[in-house]
Amino acid sequence: MSESAYREMWEKLDLDLAAHDGLLEVLGKFYGDIYLSQKGRLNGAEYLDFVLSEVHGLRIKELQDAKAQGKKVIGTFCVFVPEELSLAADAVQVGLCSGADAGKELAEEIVPRNTCALIKSFIGFKLAKLCPFTESCDMIVGETTCDGKKKAYETFGEHVDNMYVMEVPQRKEASDRELWKSEVLRFKDSLEELTGVEITAERLKEGIRIVNEKRRALQRLNALRAAVPTPISGRDVLLVNQISFYDDPVRFTENINKLCDEIEERIAASEGVVPEGTPRVMLSGCPMAVPNWKLPWLIESSGAVIVGEESCIGTRNSRDLVDESGETLEEMLDNIADRYMKIDCACFTPNDERPQNVESMARELDVDGVIQYALMFCQPYTHESIKLDRRLSEAEIPVLGIETDYSMEDAEQLKTRVEAFLEMM
Amino acid sequence: MIAGIDIGSRSMELVLLDDGNIVSQRTLPTTFDPVAQLRKLLADVAPERCMATGYGRELVREAGLPCPVDTVTEIKAHATGAHALHPEAVTVLDIGGQDTKAISLSKAGKVLKFEMNDRCAAGTGKFLEYTAAVFQIPVEEFGEYALMGENAPVINSMCTVFAETEATSLMARGTRPEDIALGLHMSIARRTVNMLRRVGGKLPVAFVGGVARNPCMTSLLRQLLKADGPDLLTPEAPEMTGALGAAMLA
Repeated sequence: MSESAYREMWEKLDLDLAAHDGLLEVLGKFYGDIYLSQKGRLNGAEYLDFVLSEVHGLRIKELQDAKAQGKKVIGTFCVFVPEELSLAADAVQVGLCSGADAGKELAEEIVPRNTCALIKSFIGFKLAKLCPFTESCDMIVGETTCDGKKKAYETFGEHVDNMYVMEVPQRKEASDRELWKSEVLRFKDSLEELTGVEITAERLKEGIRIVNEKRRALQRLNALRAAVPTPISGRDVLLVNQISFYDDPVRFTENINKLCDEIEERIAASEGVVPEGTPRVMLSGCPMAVPNWKLPWLIESSGAVIVGEESCIGTRNSRDLVDESGETLEEMLDNIADRYMKIDCACFTPNDERPQNVESMARELDVDGVIQYALMFCQPYTHESIKLDRRLSEAEIPVLGIETDYSMEDAEQLKTRVEAFLEMM
Repeated sequence: MIAGIDIGSRSMELVLLDDGNIVSQRTLPTTFDPVAQLRKLLADVAPERCMATGYGRELVREAGLPCPVDTVTEIKAHATGAHALHPEAVTVLDIGGQDTKAISLSKAGKVLKFEMNDRCAAGTGKFLEYTAAVFQIPVEEFGEYALMGENAPVINSMCTVFAETEATSLMARGTRPEDIALGLHMSIARRTVNMLRRVGGKLPVAFVGGVARNPCMTSLLRQLLKADGPDLLTPEAPEMTGALGAAMLA
């Protein structure tokens, strides 16, 4: 599709074209520096490059085409929104823009300044008219995973006419499970009302299968990347995880499995993107949405390789599958509710699963250290970061805590910390 | 001869080692033209190898010096330098121009854990320099002056600019300026001790970096850490520690 046709589409979506051009230019340059400059990249990375280069182009065109056929588009910000149900309602589910400092000043007019960069970003993208995903949505689904988001959705809801909020419980008792199940049902009803499609057992079974296949492909990738020498850069795996929120799930799964086939060949030939003996680092903490690649880039350009992301845009999104044995609609909805209640988000109290998951992941991946990444002002993860620091130190796993946002002004200071951490190993 | 260069935000230091012995150490202000200053610093010497550290370490690499240049972070450089000067220390505190670092060391001098201040210069030498200027006292004499204080008011602001506002309003209320100066030192000392505790805070502590010359900071840290004579160690030339460590790693 031609550039002018895209511009026409963006204009119809009421984007600020000049500002959007600026954003794409910065994104392109950043991508070139951070991704295209890598040596020995897999052939399968062409898929990643293509999807990213068309993230506001072809993918948006596909969404418009789907809408023209009567399908609905559901926008989300969190791994708690069950994509299985959206697919069963014949809708398309996509993650919304929230990984860049766009429209920050505008956002700070309507939310407190000491709000995390991710929240400011999704509000900023909306106010500055920069996110074609947000503008394509028939329904935007928020969730109560932290106070910042919870209150921000109230304000965000004044600027979009299709805001919907799911209540995520804060504990994991039986009553919390009940609350969550009722939220899953409420979401199902809302989807049916929006789309006019009845979510039948047959449709939901297929939805569960598609999303599980996507998670299986990610699990396969995560298992393969652990090989020595490391066959794929951490930056590329992060990108795969990021794209899993944007691209068509079936196409994504197919391409990631192809990428995995290629990685298997590499492993068989003992080929890696870095030499054996390169320090292995695991990231843990807050999600990194496109194009938030600052820290992974600093880490990998300082001579280490990232071999795991314990994050929502990482293993937290792919670790657990929905039990596929359910036959009735009721059983399947129960299985969905159970699967999502396993998420070890820092919004839960207590959240004892997470330290266990982090420690065992660090051991399984045989990492030389864990870098905890927290967005400034993210209460849940900065709190857990202090506890995790203690736990990992006791387990004699080196750990470094980083608190930052989306700006580049602290890149040098972060680089010093990361380099010093690598010197320690 | 081997050179260690530490380029910080405020000053740059050079230590020259010959056969492991310090043959020369010197310092110059960093200014806004660090490369010109660096050339001046090295004008009459021709080291075989050079190790650069500090936030300007990449500048040294790119400055086209007539010797091979390698770089090391200021964490490792300070740890190495402090361990050489005070082998008994298990914690290193460095307060420089814009950075404060707390490092815990193994008995053998290996870095076990470290903490640094965030992107803001609160609680660093810059903070002292800025507040000393408000008192119209040279920063080198600010510590002596603060020691004349008796009752330190609590200064809550960690932001340098807000701390000045707080100090000004204390002055307006008639608080003795020496007391305010002591309060400002105390606010940094408290913050520093917190950072030390996050890395374990074990004694003895080697206190290095330019601010270690400030007698009020040393005294307050002793008090807060309950550190007797041999538990808080300061080298004769504390600002040279990073450059010394770098030279030893060259």
